Amino acid sequence: MSQKTEPILQMEAIEISFGGLKALDKVSLQVYPGEIMAIIGPNGAGKTTLLNVINGVYTPDNGRIFFDGKERPLKIKPHHVAAMGISRTFQNLALFKGMDTWSNIMVGRTKKMHAGFFSQGIYWGMSQKEEIEHREAVEGIIDFLEIENIRKQPAGMLPYGLQKRVELGRALASEPKLLLLDEPMAGMNLEEKEDIARFILDANEEIGYTIALIEHDMGVVMDICDRIVVLDFGNKIAEGTPDEIKSNPKVIKAYLGEAEGGGE
Amino acid sequence: MLYRECGNFKDNYAKDMAIFPIPLDRWGLGIMLVFAFLVIPFTASDYWLSSIMIPFYCFSLAALGLNFLTGYAGQVSLGHAAFMAVGAYSSLILYGRYGIPLVPSILGGGIVSAIVGSIFGIPSLRIKGFYLAVSTLAAQFIIEWVLTHWKWVSGGVFGTIDVPNLYIFGALLDTPLKKYYLVLCIVALMITFGKNLVRGQLGRNWMAIRDMDVAAEIIGVSLFRYKLIAFAVSSFYAGVAGALITITYYGAANIEEFNLFLSFHLLGMIIIGGMGTILGSFLGAGFMVLLPIFINQSMLTFMERVPSNLRANSEAIVFGGLIVFFLIVEPYGMARLWHTIKEKMRLWPFPY
Amino acid sequence: MNFFFEVLITGLLVGIMYSLVALGFALIYKASDVFNFAQGDMSLLAGLALVGFLTIMPLWLALVCTIAVMTLLAYATVFIIFRPLVARPPLILFMAAIGLAFLVQGIGQSIWGTDAKGLNIGIPDNPIILGELFLSSFDLIFGVVAAALVGGLVLFFQKTRTGRALRAVADDHEAALSVGIPLLNAWAVTWVIAGIVATVAGIAWGSRLGVQFSLSLIALKALPVLILGGIDSIPGAILAGLVVGAGENLAEVFIGPYVGGGIQTFFPYLMALLFLWFRPYGMFGKEIIDRV
Repeated sequence: MSQKTEPILQMEAIEISFGGLKALDKVSLQVYPGEIMAIIGPNGAGKTTLLNVINGVYTPDNGRIFFDGKERPLKIKPHHVAAMGISRTFQNLALFKGMDTWSNIMVGRTKKMHAGFFSQGIYWGMSQKEEIEHREAVEGIIDFLEIENIRKQPAGMLPYGLQKRVELGRALASEPKLLLLDEPMAGMNLEEKEDIARFILDANEEIGYTIALIEHDMGVVMDICDRIVVLDFGNKIAEGTPDEIKSNPKVIKAYLGEAEGGGE
Repeated sequence: MLYRECGNFKDNYAKDMAIFPIPLDRWGLGIMLVFAFLVIPFTASDYWLSSIMIPFYCFSLAALGLNFLTGYAGQVSLGHAAFMAVGAYSSLILYGRYGIPLVPSILGGGIVSAIVGSIFGIPSLRIKGFYLAVSTLAAQFIIEWVLTHWKWVSGGVFGTIDVPNLYIFGALLDTPLKKYYLVLCIVALMITFGKNLVRGQLGRNWMAIRDMDVAAEIIGVSLFRYKLIAFAVSSFYAGVAGALITITYYGAANIEEFNLFLSFHLLGMIIIGGMGTILGSFLGAGFMVLLPIFINQSMLTFMERVPSNLRANSEAIVFGGLIVFFLIVEPYGMARLWHTIKEKMRLWPFPY
Repeated sequence: MNFFFEVLITGLLVGIMYSLVALGFALIYKASDVFNFAQGDMSLLAGLALVGFLTIMPLWLALVCTIAVMTLLAYATVFIIFRPLVARPPLILFMAAIGLAFLVQGIGQSIWGTDAKGLNIGIPDNPIILGELFLSSFDLIFGVVAAALVGGLVLFFQKTRTGRALRAVADDHEAALSVGIPLLNAWAVTWVIAGIVATVAGIAWGSRLGVQFSLSLIALKALPVLILGGIDSIPGAILAGLVVGAGENLAEVFIGPYVGGGIQTFFPYLMALLFLWFRPYGMFGKEIIDRV
């Protein structure tokens, strides 16, 4: 990836603490258009906190955030962040369990649908046209993720691996400028991981999505990511290509050594 | 194989997304409508029309309103009876005091109720669960107080406004049959409207908030906007229901009819009928309207043997018992039982 | 000024009663995440049972039998209703408690009757003159009883083995299970304690207003107390009860006449709503941070 282009997301010296505990300490990072970037680090390093700051769930105490060339206020409603073009999947399953698969994905398109209240109530005119149009788009995602056979099943009843996949679909549905994936492969078997890795690569290469992901499986991270940022106890300790990270002594000390020892 | 989903192939998304995609459901609904519009009015007695069918439709509408809020959007309300009262009083004020035609008055009552409901819905943006339940309880008490203490609102004595003679398009609305049709037409239209809302983007966003509100907001659902819409739509339905039942059944707007226990009963209706389904609102309301009649009838039969105390309290026991029973055994209520029957009919006569 | 203090102290004494009911809520909520809407109906049941037993036995035995009824209710509730609902969403538990409220009220009135009954357990109700203040001896005595009960409960939870086990359950269900505290039994014990608290409240209110259906409505009075205090906080419930009792009495006497009176019914709710806006989790309640 060319590092010369303008970053789509730029975070400068982000600080946030919870009850005196520094969860992020002057963390700066950039995500460049078209790349797959990984955020790695041991448990409690502040990775998910970082995503929550990006999404506007947490308001950082200090720092600056630029997205798509414009500075974004630190305190912001999460749905406004979604409207800017940032989408997200979650570490723990966060599907809408009472709804079926296609409806879940359809919610992802909420920011693209504008039919008025009365148009929806009589299901005529703009609303009907819009529903059908977006249903087609959702079906495209369902095809892409190969989940045609479960499109009308309640999401809460699906097996774990499929739920993760539907969640990816929901995030893709908003056609984001930046896609955040929080441990998209956690708890999966090898085959499921390979599927998800393939979808992530396809989304990146074929559709051109910019992706930032958190993942613990080093093998996958090294294989599919262009660039890696390493967090440890709320500090950024390294940044670089997979090869640079592999040979970075700080990272080996903080993370890889431990992971290899732990039978990674 | 009485009930078939398969074998009806759709060649475009418009058909798949029609309001009732399965032909048998369409037939079923058609038969129900013919029944409601043509059979019941000419076979039922005046007592059945005015004392059972009209309250049934009105409570269905109110229960549907609460179902939008609780069953779909996941926000609990213990003040819905008060929102019905707001609709009842304001529609009578619009009709009786300002001479606005009947149907606009009824809808106007709903709109006033929607405004009041949204105001009491504002706390839902900051608080959840029990805290929200209690703040909606505040709505019940504050509205009751305003309706009984503000002379301008309640007009007469004891916070009661009598229903004047009703004219619709110049015709006097006097017989139970005419009132039945008025209620049925409004209810049928509002149910259709509501069904479209919940199967569209609005309904999906509500359910998203119900199932996982933080995730919904990150995905792009504005909690502020959709919770407030839920409160507004929900209390609009309650307000119209309150207005309708007052002018066609109670005969006077009286706060006593809309007390806290009606709020609980509405909640009971959607639990027993089925949360998050349109059908459930009807089943629950029908059940609650018929329950006292059924209990009275069966008590009459066993009059001598049942102690009087038990007779007076059996309704509370059955009601409380059923709420608990359904929550434990069938959290989706009677509507799910209907769903199970459909499943059985799909396989019938082959059990596997 | 004396009049102000009389109003204030009367309000505070009523407030102790609110604290008592709110305490019942807080106990059960802390232990089992159930917002026990039936707390007021439990007071009604206790009052009904006591009046019923008093007609056939002496006071001490009647009290024992009433507590036995409350114990039976506690075990039945936990094992029949809430055992199948373990790990269900709070909204469902809340609704189940509403169902329970109707059940308790219906069953109690089926057994002991719907008509209002007087309850007199021999506590004198004479005016007491303190300096220039007029107070009721009954209110004072029950104020002291309630305060003693609250103090006793705090000691029970801090000092005894059972009390500590119950607190462990309240803090973390799974951890408590893992060290061998049987969850359902712990819940049942909590419900029994809440039943005893309800009994005391039932006696206090029943002696004043008669034992009748309206007794179950004192639960509604306690709800704003819970909001102010934070639903999971026992000191919060006590303090907020006093604040609400005093506040509503002062408001009724000093603001009521200007707006038409009767504001006692909703003034506490108004206080609670305003308070909620600034502190969504009450004075002492734990703030819930959503994790994603």
